[in-house]
Amino acid sequence: MLNYIIRRLLWAVVLFIGVTLITYVLFFLLPADPARLAAGKSATAEDVARVSHQLGLDRPVHEQYVLFLKRLVVEHSLGRSYANRRSVNEMVGEAIPVTAALVVGGAILWMLIALPIGILSALKPRSLIDRGAMIFILIGISAPVVWIGLLLQYFVGFKWGLTPNAGYCDVIDPPPGASCGGPADWAYHMILPWLTFAILFAASYARMIRANVMDTLGEDYVRTARAKGAPENVVIRRHVLRNALLPVVTMLGLDIGVALGGAIFTEAIFNLPGLGRLALNSVLNLDLPTMQGVIVFATLTIILLNLVVDLIYAWIDPRIRLA
Amino acid sequence: MTADVHEAPLLDVRDLRTYFKTDDGIVKAVDGVSFTVRPGQTLGVVGESGSGKSVTMMSILNLNPNPGRIGHDPALPPGPRMEAFLHGSKKHTSISTGQALFRGENLLEASKRRLRALRGSEISMIFQDPMTSLNPVLSVGSQLVEAVMLHRDVTQREARELAIAGLQEVGIPRAERRIDDYPHQFSGGMRQRVMIAMALINDPALLIADEPTTALDVTTQAQILDLIRELQAEHGTAVILITHDLGVVAETADDIVVMYAARIAEHAPVFSLFEHPMHPYTWGLLGSLPRLDVELERLTQIRGQPPSLLRPPAGCRFRPRCRFAFDRCRAELPEATPAGFDPGHLDACFLAEARKLEESARIVAELGLAEEAA
Repeated sequence: MLNYIIRRLLWAVVLFIGVTLITYVLFFLLPADPARLAAGKSATAEDVARVSHQLGLDRPVHEQYVLFLKRLVVEHSLGRSYANRRSVNEMVGEAIPVTAALVVGGAILWMLIALPIGILSALKPRSLIDRGAMIFILIGISAPVVWIGLLLQYFVGFKWGLTPNAGYCDVIDPPPGASCGGPADWAYHMILPWLTFAILFAASYARMIRANVMDTLGEDYVRTARAKGAPENVVIRRHVLRNALLPVVTMLGLDIGVALGGAIFTEAIFNLPGLGRLALNSVLNLDLPTMQGVIVFATLTIILLNLVVDLIYAWIDPRIRLA
Repeated sequence: MTADVHEAPLLDVRDLRTYFKTDDGIVKAVDGVSFTVRPGQTLGVVGESGSGKSVTMMSILNLNPNPGRIGHDPALPPGPRMEAFLHGSKKHTSISTGQALFRGENLLEASKRRLRALRGSEISMIFQDPMTSLNPVLSVGSQLVEAVMLHRDVTQREARELAIAGLQEVGIPRAERRIDDYPHQFSGGMRQRVMIAMALINDPALLIADEPTTALDVTTQAQILDLIRELQAEHGTAVILITHDLGVVAETADDIVVMYAARIAEHAPVFSLFEHPMHPYTWGLLGSLPRLDVELERLTQIRGQPPSLLRPPAGCRFRPRCRFAFDRCRAELPEATPAGFDPGHLDACFLAEARKLEESARIVAELGLAEEAA
């Protein structure tokens, strides 16, 4: 087991270097000069050259990359933003809770929607519940997130005035001068983002759960359980769901990992200061350290959650023994 | 053959019919099947795949997929119930009519609760594929304990003791340690032993074994059959052994039912069946049985394919494949009727008895079955 974790961690290092290196290479292939952007519109050629030197952009790419790694490993620092000279650690640190709130809340919501829909429609195939669920799934999967977000914003937020249209409130310690704060405001502002974010996943998870449960219902061991005289609720809970939901656990872990890297569309629509928006802005500003910062965090999250999923899986499925 | 022939039957199935409504039409998977099982007796049910052997047994315990509510509505008598099923709009459902009297109680009309109480305690089943019949994410111990606790008022600890004893009885070495292992840690034969332990743990009066050895290799097959016989003798359990292997039932069964296309072709005591097989289909089966002790040029095969149960042929179901078919076989569906020489030997064939005995004697002599039966 320990061996397995060490091997996984070594692979994680390789993966991490690969991902960050590719970011560097791609960035310098861009036909744009970050120094010119950082120096401002009225800067002279000398200004640009000076800024370029300050930012270290005049050095060879491999040197810059080694410097980035050294800073990260030794000082645990992601450097400073080209755009506003703020510490990237700080900026990413501020964005993480926002994205985490969106993703974790969204994941809870989508599972709360997908589990009952998936299970009920599998237990009563071709029933009214099943048909209704299929329509929901079809819409949820085909409708773009942006479109759903804008519709919700327009009707629920603007027309009916039930929720705020956009913006974020801190749960604890709102900064002085903030217009809102505290758990109630926070949740109130998150309702639409959660819903928007959850619908696509809820639909695809409902479909997956339905298919898994239906498959499992046809398994021989389910017939064995019935032949033993187990009541139907025990059959479903103990024998069907235990097995049908195993793959769902994996998917959930991976999807949460990916989403934590930034739910770009949802954050952009609802103006949430999360990692997705940070990444988007950093690309527009050719702000390499910030971009790299988001990527480092996203990569680490995905690697970590993959490991966690594998460990959980080995724990809940006795057939899998990590060696 | 220790059971008294005149003893009241443990299970008395009368005119059982199980129909499935599918997208293609009505599949008559079991179409008028009757047989009895006496306490402690072994009934072998033989037939090829799709002949209705398994569905018959599943119907008795209402374990068919999607059983229709109409089919088990005790308020309606069987005739109208079947009518309601055939003309109802509900799709993908099934119905079972007739009678399956277990100690005189009709299981086809029993409530769900009553059936649950019987399943696993009075009537147990083991299935064909031990690799898939156990839940892969639960330890065998917890599955055995579940079987005990569903039917008996015992503590977890007592149930576990019973489970260990059960595993020991079916010959699982170091049972007290292996009880916490998961199904994938057992071989196929060992898993089937676990299934048998689970089926017998509540000491049922009837064990239905649905092709228990088909998925196992030959040496394991023999061990499992021996084990079933041994436990049956010890506990006095009646066994219905479903198989497509006449060789298996020849060694094990007291009575044999030969099924063909959802109906019974022949139903006879085992010695009588091998001495005077009376149905052309049975003759075909006997001829196609590979044997080590008799030298034959080649195994004979039954020409043609078994019929579709969606659109079975008119008259006798076996008629299109039968060398002896004549006009009456096309017009009428034969019922299983007693032979003149033994009222306990039933066959569903219109041929004259003298003709059947003549043909039967020829086949028995050719295959050298007579010496074996004697």
